[in-house]
Amino acid sequence: MGDHHHGPAQGISRWLFTTNHKDIGTMYLWFSFAMFLLGGFFAMVIRAELFQPGMQLVEPLFFNQMTTLHGLVMVFGAIMPSFVGLANWLIPMMIGAPDMALPRMNNWSFWILPPAFLMLASTLFMEGGAPAFGWTFYAPLSTTYAAPSVTFFIFAIHILGVSSIMGSINIIATVMNMRAPGMTYMKMPLFVWTWLITAFLLVAVMPVLAGAVTMMLMDIHFGTSFFSAAGGGDPVLFQHIFWFFGHPEVYIIILPAFGVVSQIIPAFSRKPLFGYASMVYATASIAFLSFIVWAHHMYTVGMPVAGELFFMYATMLIAVPTGVKVFNWISTMWRGALSFETPMLFCIGFLILFTLGGFTGLMLSIAPADFQYHDTYFVVAHFHYVMVAGAVFSMTAAVYYWLPKWCGRMYNEAMGKTHFWISFIGFNITFFPQHFVGLAGMPRRIPDYALQFADFNMMSSIGAFIYGASQLLFLYNVIATIVAGKPVSDEKVWDGAEGLEWTVPTPAPYHTFEEPPLVPKPAGTI
Amino acid sequence: MGKRVSGAAVALMSPVAFAQNQVNMSPGVTEIGADIFELHMLIMWICVVIGVAVFAVMFYSIYAHRKSKGHQASQFHESTKVEVAWTVVPFLILIAMAVPATSTLLEVYDNDEAELDILITGYQWKWRYEYLDESGEPVAFFSNLATSQEEIYNTERKGDNYLLEVDEPLVIPTNTKVRFLITANDVIHSWWVPEIAVKRDAIPGFINEAWTRVTEEGIYRGQCTELCGAYHGFMPVEVHAVSRPEFDAWMAAKRGAAVAETQLAMQTLTVDDLMDRGKAVYDSACLACHGAAGQGGIGNAIAGSAVVMGDLGNHMAVVSKGVSGTAMQAFGGQLNDVEMAAVLTYQRNAFGNNTGDVVQPGDIAGMNNG
Ligand code: HEC
Ligand code: HEM
Ligand SMILES: [Cu+2]
Ligand SMILES: [Cu+2]
Repeated sequence: MGDHHHGPAQGISRWLFTTNHKDIGTMYLWFSFAMFLLGGFFAMVIRAELFQPGMQLVEPLFFNQMTTLHGLVMVFGAIMPSFVGLANWLIPMMIGAPDMALPRMNNWSFWILPPAFLMLASTLFMEGGAPAFGWTFYAPLSTTYAAPSVTFFIFAIHILGVSSIMGSINIIATVMNMRAPGMTYMKMPLFVWTWLITAFLLVAVMPVLAGAVTMMLMDIHFGTSFFSAAGGGDPVLFQHIFWFFGHPEVYIIILPAFGVVSQIIPAFSRKPLFGYASMVYATASIAFLSFIVWAHHMYTVGMPVAGELFFMYATMLIAVPTGVKVFNWISTMWRGALSFETPMLFCIGFLILFTLGGFTGLMLSIAPADFQYHDTYFVVAHFHYVMVAGAVFSMTAAVYYWLPKWCGRMYNEAMGKTHFWISFIGFNITFFPQHFVGLAGMPRRIPDYALQFADFNMMSSIGAFIYGASQLLFLYNVIATIVAGKPVSDEKVWDGAEGLEWTVPTPAPYHTFEEPPLVPKPAGTI
Repeated sequence: MGKRVSGAAVALMSPVAFAQNQVNMSPGVTEIGADIFELHMLIMWICVVIGVAVFAVMFYSIYAHRKSKGHQASQFHESTKVEVAWTVVPFLILIAMAVPATSTLLEVYDNDEAELDILITGYQWKWRYEYLDESGEPVAFFSNLATSQEEIYNTERKGDNYLLEVDEPLVIPTNTKVRFLITANDVIHSWWVPEIAVKRDAIPGFINEAWTRVTEEGIYRGQCTELCGAYHGFMPVEVHAVSRPEFDAWMAAKRGAAVAETQLAMQTLTVDDLMDRGKAVYDSACLACHGAAGQGGIGNAIAGSAVVMGDLGNHMAVVSKGVSGTAMQAFGGQLNDVEMAAVLTYQRNAFGNNTGDVVQPGDIAGMNNG
């Protein structure tokens, strides 16, 4: 290993012009964390207003801007880029490649993100305010009835889409072309597999999203009527297009999380992943099914009953491969030698809470019952169980797990565990009662509510403040680790960790695998 | 009532009676509602049983297979038999769920043979109900939020039905198959009353169908469930289900009132009468955007507005045709001549506008024709 590498450039130009997958990964991770805090701040505004019945802090229109920006920033700014950051850091190291296949495009796909979000955030200061039509931006609320800032929103979405597509092409090219000799597809770590499949999903659906916003742009500025019935168009068409993107999108968010959990649970169970091959097939079938279930978000738009039945059956089917995954993870733990460091705690938290979210998903898939659930807080509870306790918990686990490898220092375990318990408890105080108010009849996206929902809402708000505060502890722990954590130098930071990334020195040098490694025993076998 | 107390105090004083803290769906007052409720409970219990089994295994493993207890890891990592089993068994469970789900869905979609048709139209931010009945004078009206701004802004104590009360509820007969034809005038809304188990999107340019047969008399409350702009949280639904005779009496009274209103349009009203009626129209239809003191908000200020204090024809054109591309809708189709005359008179004389102009219902008809 001890060759003469050229190290990173100095100062700001290192970050502006870097083509190094580790630098770019780091920037993605920090950027997504900043967006997580920004989106979290919007959420705090929402929960503060909902603390009590009555309007206290903000006006209804501003409240809608907060819910819209919260959703957009969390989905497109926090969760998606964080997993791209993880992919950048880990995929080359996991398949024994020196870097990503298209390093300059990699730089570009990151650097167009900050301006896009700056533009999106700047709409808050524009006349008429920021977008206020929800992250699902249904027409015609988002076209004929939108504030002028919608044009900037459309542009921002376009840029995000371009960034995602470039990132995905890069990942596909890297995985297909840069695997070390002997690293066959069925030896790849699951994280690489889930990302490969996710990347195909992204390439397939981001253009659809781009199409949707372009049609909006045409309706707003160029006199077309795609989504306006008055001109012969159809507002429901918008929803079909949006959800044809939107449902795969939720799997784009969760599949890499599945990958992370499939790496970490075996490490702390000291036992290979159970059912590696069935995990790959389950991921692929989830990806396939995700294209044919979109209208389960639209059960109440008045589809013909045959359509309703088709989408109901297809959606119910997704529970099968999802169940297979959960069973596999638990079988991996079964008769292992378990230990409960912070990454493992977050994975177990993921396992429990994601499964709960899967159950409510199954309930929502039942069309007649969804007539009662749809657009209530029950749905809000469902998707926060899958997206926060699913994606965000697994991302947090990933940071704790790989951070020592990245920076050669160990985080503070006691603080990590504290972070886990506060997050876990805060999360459940926030979102569990939302099942109740949803079933009792509280619609989502309202700034004020009837008195019978008051107690649970207050509870939710308190939980949200706790959960929010715990993220500051996380930030502190990560910074303290990077600056002054206890140095570690073992290549294998965790005794149960498997995979090529644990064969390089700790901290991982700026360049790894300039010579292809010898691929050891296949992932998932002994 | 009416006592001014601070927001926090109001919240603290809210009677415990409100805090019912309902945690589950309500079976409601229709057969379909009960079926949906049963379906919901069935699936929930299936999930609970599976969940308990799966988590029991996991927690046992967490307890028994700990490294700290010296447990040695075995290295097994696949078993085709169990993997096939846990693919096939869930599939069978799903089929068991799909059967009742399908039959309930087919019931929901059985829109035939309705005895009463009601057209529901969503507006930003109110509902319009029209009874589609060929015999006799048509009956149609708007249904606006009745909760006061003072309650919303915490200067007055919140009533029992805070945000769930309207000025004019929808009235339907019990034990009658009522079909709703649902559409919207501007953006998408969604008409939902949990206890009668109807939720349907109201989509501009399209008409959706839904139906109900309420078996118990009572007042049932719901809300709009599709984000429809700033005041989406403030457009409740209130349904009064009454016996058939009571319904017929109500209908007859409504028809009578409609006839009286038509006659009123031919008379000359006093300024006070116009101002009173105008305030009522303004408060229910204009206040949300133009403010309680005409100070503006989403819409621009009425107090001192050049349009309002200027040419009457132009003022009326703005109100009746709206301003395209803005939130100012065309109220021409929403207000009758009496209401239009009253609100114009009111705007021209309230909020310190004091123009002294009086607009009579007859003038409206004249301007419309002219
Ligand atoms: C949904 C919000 C909304 C409601 C409800 C509403 N308006 Fe407006 N109104 C507006 C907006 C926005 C404008 C400004 C239009 C423009 O940009 O010219 C406006 C403008 C006006 C003006 C012109 C004022 C001026 O100085 O330009 C009048 C008069 C007016 N509205 C009357 C009414 C009346 C009467 C009602 C009730 C029957 C009503 N509005 C209800 C939003 C509303
Ligand atoms: C077992 C698997 C799942 C099933 C069967 C399922 C089913 C559903 C259904 C039917 C809805 C529509 C509810 C409604 O609006 O009435 C829904 C909403 C949603 N689901 Fe899931 N889901 C599953 C897993 C997931 C996962 C893994 C994610 C993301 C990580 C996710 C994210 C969402 C989101 C974001 C919404 C709400 C979107 C919105 O309206 O804003 N779901 N789900
Ligand atoms: Cu979906
Ligand atoms: Cu609404």
